[in-house]
Amino acid sequence: MGRRVVLGMLGLGAAGVAAGPYLQRGVESVTSQDPTGLTGLLPGGGGFRYYSIVDSVPARTAANYTLTVDGLVDHPVTYRLADLQAMRQRRIVHDVQCVTGWRVPATPFEGVPLADLLDAAGVQSGATAVRFSCFDGSYTESLTLDQARQDGVLVALKMQDAPVNHAHGGPVRLYVAPMYFYKSAKWLSGITLTPTVQTGYWENYGYDVDAWVGRSNGRDDAPTG
Amino acid sequence: MTSTPGSAARTGATMPRPADTSGRVPRFTPAERWIHRVTGALMLVCLVTAACLYYPPLSELVGRRRLVVTVHEWCGLALPVPVLLGLASRAFRADLSRLNRFAPYDREWLRAVRRRSYRRPAGKFNAGQKLYASWTAGAVLVMIGTGLLMWFTHLAPLVWRTGATFVHDWLTLALAVVIVGHIRMAMNDPESRRGLRTGSVDETWAAREHPNWEPYRDSE
Repeated sequence: MGRRVVLGMLGLGAAGVAAGPYLQRGVESVTSQDPTGLTGLLPGGGGFRYYSIVDSVPARTAANYTLTVDGLVDHPVTYRLADLQAMRQRRIVHDVQCVTGWRVPATPFEGVPLADLLDAAGVQSGATAVRFSCFDGSYTESLTLDQARQDGVLVALKMQDAPVNHAHGGPVRLYVAPMYFYKSAKWLSGITLTPTVQTGYWENYGYDVDAWVGRSNGRDDAPTG
Repeated sequence: MTSTPGSAARTGATMPRPADTSGRVPRFTPAERWIHRVTGALMLVCLVTAACLYYPPLSELVGRRRLVVTVHEWCGLALPVPVLLGLASRAFRADLSRLNRFAPYDREWLRAVRRRSYRRPAGKFNAGQKLYASWTAGAVLVMIGTGLLMWFTHLAPLVWRTGATFVHDWLTLALAVVIVGHIRMAMNDPESRRGLRTGSVDETWAAREHPNWEPYRDSE
């Protein structure tokens, strides 16, 4: 009898794996209509999850935040938050898709197009890639120069129409609309032009470097941007 | 007569300890107690790390995502190890077969729970403990299977991973609820806890809670 219960659980588990994608859609259709936000605590309940690779991240404000652009550029430069706020801002709205499966629909991001910062620094001919570093002290990311110049790539100052808060990587984070969200490095502090692509933190653990949503990491999510 | 060394201390004859005078009945061997302790600790680590990975306020507090993931994965994989090693113990194997077998009085026990009656006959393990043991064993195996599908992403097609994530997430909630229930039952029964701590239980407790248990024989 006890053995039958064990086997029954295994059967249910297998059935759940098979039916999971459909059930998941059902759960999402219910939780997306919940005005209280309580369903955010349930699995697959929608909303952002907090991921950090270090134990704690220092807080930076307008007073002490800086963003450095260096490497293979004609004019290395360090921006303060106010400098970035004074530049041309662009607002785009796309879904956010995490490689671990969660998706947040129609999220506005606003900030300086990365292409503008690259143009201002004057990219030298030997550069083919951009390396991003973060003031958490550990996280890194990368893009090819062509990817970095795309429309959907922002140095974001606002998220959901409010200044990016600390948990979401504020005051300034990267936003790479068409790629999985691990490319959108939080707590951005450095942009370095490099001769070749230097793989980022999760990419050293096997994540795809060219992280197009729906066309990488063995996933088939709908594209985001 | 000259005394020989050792004769004062111990003779070859052993006298069985009379359980009725001590009032204690042996219930679990040291091996069984260690299996329970280690499994419980591993399960607790799995649940705590799961909460740190899943619940944003805790994620913010703890950070160190890669370390937490690694601890979670290996503790999860190690969950059945104490039970598998325990198969070497005869007493543990005997208890497993007791848990596996449902007797007529187990049905009576379940009926009594539904009717909120207190006449609940049971062997060494009552029907609730038998169901808990087998349900949890099955659930842990499902968690390991779905966990491996999420861990080694190239093991299976993508739709499997979506389904595995779904099952792993929801079964976590179910397991957490059931384990909280398990701990609450233990909190309400000090003698049953003493059984797992010291290995023996009070005789009157055994006669009341497990009337069909015959402690002095290997089968029920």
